[in-house]
Amino acid sequence: MPDVTCHFLNLTLRNPIILASGILGTSADLLERAAREGAGAVTAKSCGPTPRAGHPNPVAVDWGHGLINAVGLSNPGAAEEARMLAEARARLEPLGVPLIASIFAGTTAEFGEVARTITAARPHLIEVNISCPNVADEFGTPFAASCESAAAVTEAVKRNVGDIPIAVKLAPNVPDIARIAAAVVEAGADAITAINTMPGMVINADAGRPVLSNRIGGISGPALKPIALRCVYQIARTVRVPIIGTGGVTTGRDAAEMLLAGATAVGVGSAMWTRGVGALGDIAAELAVWMGQAGYGTLEEIGVRSEE
Amino acid sequence: MHETFTITQIRTENYRTKTFVFDKPFSGAQPGQYVMAWLPDVGEKPFSIAGADPLRLMVVAVGPFSEALHRLDVGDRVWARGPLGQGFALEGRHHLLVGGGYGVAPLLFLARKAVAAGHTVDVCIGARTAADVLLAEAFVSTDSTDFNGFVGEKSVKSVPSVEKLSITTEDGSLGGRGLVTQAVEAAIHARRPDCVYACGPTPLLVALARLCREHTLPHQLSWEAHMRCGMGLCGDCELDAVTRQVAGIPAGWLVCKDGPVLRFA
Repeated sequence: MPDVTCHFLNLTLRNPIILASGILGTSADLLERAAREGAGAVTAKSCGPTPRAGHPNPVAVDWGHGLINAVGLSNPGAAEEARMLAEARARLEPLGVPLIASIFAGTTAEFGEVARTITAARPHLIEVNISCPNVADEFGTPFAASCESAAAVTEAVKRNVGDIPIAVKLAPNVPDIARIAAAVVEAGADAITAINTMPGMVINADAGRPVLSNRIGGISGPALKPIALRCVYQIARTVRVPIIGTGGVTTGRDAAEMLLAGATAVGVGSAMWTRGVGALGDIAAELAVWMGQAGYGTLEEIGVRSEE
Repeated sequence: MHETFTITQIRTENYRTKTFVFDKPFSGAQPGQYVMAWLPDVGEKPFSIAGADPLRLMVVAVGPFSEALHRLDVGDRVWARGPLGQGFALEGRHHLLVGGGYGVAPLLFLARKAVAAGHTVDVCIGARTAADVLLAEAFVSTDSTDFNGFVGEKSVKSVPSVEKLSITTEDGSLGGRGLVTQAVEAAIHARRPDCVYACGPTPLLVALARLCREHTLPHQLSWEAHMRCGMGLCGDCELDAVTRQVAGIPAGWLVCKDGPVLRFA
């Protein structure tokens, strides 16, 4: 059987499948469940400086080729989140599953403050969400839209996390994602998560209205996969940091495609709508089967192939 | 995606409850499953499926969304996505159904399915006052016009009723006075069911979980939670730790996707 052990920065994951941020990461119980269901690492839902209720329903629908959501960054605030993360970390420790925190904020300075608060919980990695597409009304253009703002946030976070590595989560809807990636790596990012959801809109013609209460939302699921593969491919050819490739991965074969595009690990989220939480472990197992059939013994061998 | 449904009939069940019957079936829907009903510009809320063929929803006016639904007329449209979640599954041949307040909504659908399969059914309904008792006549009706439109068996002329219906109100204004759990205890002693099915407020479900464990009875309880995505993704519908512990619900159990019905064998 091929070895799916994933070496990501200083972390060793039993497999490369990571619970993506925003899916089930709202409590220690759910993070533990995702770990027990087979994830190699788990990411908590993004937290900001203060509690937020998020958007009213509808916040998510399946539109046939993927999902669209605008949950609106509901979260308990950084202080409460740090308590939850500390508990989650303790529960994940015996399972050998690393914990990834996720943070967002409205200003560069707030990013630094949230990062410092969260650092107390000692997550193994902090993901910096500069790319949520669903809060533009309040926060304006995402930081991921320009090299300068993306780099400024990266620096602010990096100054506040001590020795905890950070991964900056990028948006697909920019003219040149590789330039943004280069800017955040230059600013100190240890890794990249690519990509966040793609802004979109779903309209119900009979109702004559956009389906989401926020009107605009983030497209995820199968429709996002080709966009994610393109982004990961372009980033991998520009910077040398590891990438968590995220977007539309539903099967082990999809995960293989993400690794071949240049990802070191693979985020999974929307797939759990159709396949349940067990999708995390199932996708890892399917990847191992595919590797065996394709003649790969380790993930590193796929990585070498991806560079050809 | 939401499907479009047109209201064909509205039945007033009590002072704050209406049943809406729609123009088409919700294919494959099982009792205990739910839909997310959407009114553009108003919102989206979960409703237990009260009948599948055609779709029917029982709506209690408790907030802005359900009040907006109550203002609709025959011919108006409602959008719904689903069926969502895990419903009830009949276990054995003699069933005890327990409904607290408007928790009876999915149970009439379940009772119709059970009697259509030739099973026997006892029902215990609990409510605050006589005015809050819902669907009591429907449970014992043998009129096929009442029966049709739940499980799609439109050829049925007359139907078997549930075996025994007991009603309990907190103030004694209808049926026995007290808590429905007392009636449940009596029903179990009178004729032990193969399985207990319940829907209602959390304290009732917690009490029933305890009771069924004492009697080593299989039970299926439908839990209520704040639902957002309805897809098992956002995590908002987790039950609080205390409820989970006393009711024996696993940690990380998602009401919207793993439930709302949790089966204990």
